[in-house]
Amino acid sequence: MLKAERLTKRFGGNTAVNAVDFTINQGEITAIIGPNGAGKTTFFHLISGFHRPTSGRLLLEGKDVTKKPPYHMAKIGVARTFQTTKLFAEAAVIDNLMIGHRLRTRSGFWDAVIRTRRYRTEEEKCREKALQVLEFVGASDLANRPVASIPQEAQKRVAIALALSTDPKLVLLDEPAAGINADETNGLADLIKKMKQAGLTVCIIEHKMQMIMNLADRIMVLNQGTKIAEGAPEEISRNESVIEAYLGGAHHAQAR
Amino acid sequence: MKKNPVHNRVSKLAVPVLTLIAAAIPLLTSNTYYLDIFIKVFIWTIAVSGMNIIAGYTGQLSLAHAGFFGIGAYALGLLMTKAEMPFLPSLAIAVVLTGLVGSVVGVISLRLKGHYFAIFSLCVGVIILLIIEKWESLTEGVRGLLGIPIPKIGSLEFATISAQYYLILFFLILTLLVNRRVIHSLVGRTFLSIRNSEELAEALGINVMQSKILAFVYSTVLAGLAGALYAGYIRFLGPDIANVEHTFDMLLYLLVGGISTLWGPLVGTALVTVLMQWLQSWQEYRMIIFGPILVILVMFLPYGIIGAFVRRKMKRQWEQEMQENSIERPGMRDQRLAGGELDA
Repeated sequence: MLKAERLTKRFGGNTAVNAVDFTINQGEITAIIGPNGAGKTTFFHLISGFHRPTSGRLLLEGKDVTKKPPYHMAKIGVARTFQTTKLFAEAAVIDNLMIGHRLRTRSGFWDAVIRTRRYRTEEEKCREKALQVLEFVGASDLANRPVASIPQEAQKRVAIALALSTDPKLVLLDEPAAGINADETNGLADLIKKMKQAGLTVCIIEHKMQMIMNLADRIMVLNQGTKIAEGAPEEISRNESVIEAYLGGAHHAQAR
Repeated sequence: MKKNPVHNRVSKLAVPVLTLIAAAIPLLTSNTYYLDIFIKVFIWTIAVSGMNIIAGYTGQLSLAHAGFFGIGAYALGLLMTKAEMPFLPSLAIAVVLTGLVGSVVGVISLRLKGHYFAIFSLCVGVIILLIIEKWESLTEGVRGLLGIPIPKIGSLEFATISAQYYLILFFLILTLLVNRRVIHSLVGRTFLSIRNSEELAEALGINVMQSKILAFVYSTVLAGLAGALYAGYIRFLGPDIANVEHTFDMLLYLLVGGISTLWGPLVGTALVTVLMQWLQSWQEYRMIIFGPILVILVMFLPYGIIGAFVRRKMKRQWEQEMQENSIERPGMRDQRLAGGELDA
């Protein structure tokens, strides 16, 4: 579905992502793992349009989307979340969510001023969509609560709901389980499985290995901007270079 | 979405009641001094609510608004004196022209973010002032533009101060109505989402640049409208109306009344203007009183008067909702408690 060909990003002399080849298959959960500073988030920024690659190509369903701005990526079906949720804390959950479907509406300034029929149906559509995705993530009862008053875990769910309200084909989740406890992590993993069952393609960055090993169909491992391994969870967990990157090398472990 | 019925009724009544009171004022007093203050409050409120759209709702602090006020004012003045056009077409052209200049400035300046945008727009304001002051062949420069004819619409002549009052009141109400619709719409939500987080808005498929330009142009249009109405009322223009200090006056009104609130511009402008008039006999020394009042206000009401009011109401509404939720669920909680005991 999404294909990166030798994608590279340099910041000055620092190569954050180096010639990474990567594919996300339709309907799968693909995970990107790697130690801190491996370039995971930079890679996410590249495939969601927030960074322009220094070189390389990005293809979505066969079409070249290398230099598309993020809002365009969202329109063609790539939604993403952020490590920090970035929700508007003072507003109610539903008010945060209603903007998510805005990209599928066409009313402009004058529609809003005159309240044309198109405007009214589109506003209703946005509200319905918001309630629908809120139900999907299992947070319907929070609709009218201000974001600041709901727990961290619920905020993560709302952030995912917001991504879903854009009607995406591919959802990119940047560390969705950061800062929540084990129980909540399981709940979130269930939600991600549910997204897969609903026909969505998911790509996820995560540090919680157990969660990833149970969840992912395929894993890519980045280290210092380079891809060091790719494959099914079982292969990755046996891979020498992955163990080396994470634990500082097998011989070190043996020396102890 | 559920809304508090009492709050709904109050906000629905507020507009017609305020309109009636405002409409009755010229009948109650013929004191030109009072009417003059009202008219100036109305004019500045229109300009400030424009500033509110870009600085408040969209979160881009524009400091060029006195400049756009000046453009609107001079456009109307020049069209009526030198081109001898009637009032309404001049007003329309003045507003459109301000919007056009606004869109050009917006396309260039909105590429910058945060403080850089604020500083750039401040410079734009100064440049506009300088153009008005130095382009003597067109604007008459510091001599000022004299002899703007009395505004006329058909056979209706706005010669008296109370006629002017109604004319400007009409545009104020129109501005507030349009603003209310824009703010409580998907367009307004788009602006707010940009203020909240440009990155998130962009990730949600919003063309942030385009929305910012829309907000900026609309805000300059309102500044231009206020300027044009001012020119039709005072009927004499000097470059000083585009002075940067007016931008900061507007910002002050906005902060006192409440940034990102619909009524903030009106309340802030009215309060500060009246206070200033009240302290007029103190001349320069009035700042000794005004300064501390402002400091206290910023310390205790950081979101302005209406802002504080709205926040308190929202908080109460949420508390009520939380209570309702907990009343609805005692059964569930009992069950959980019982389950907990069983587990133990």
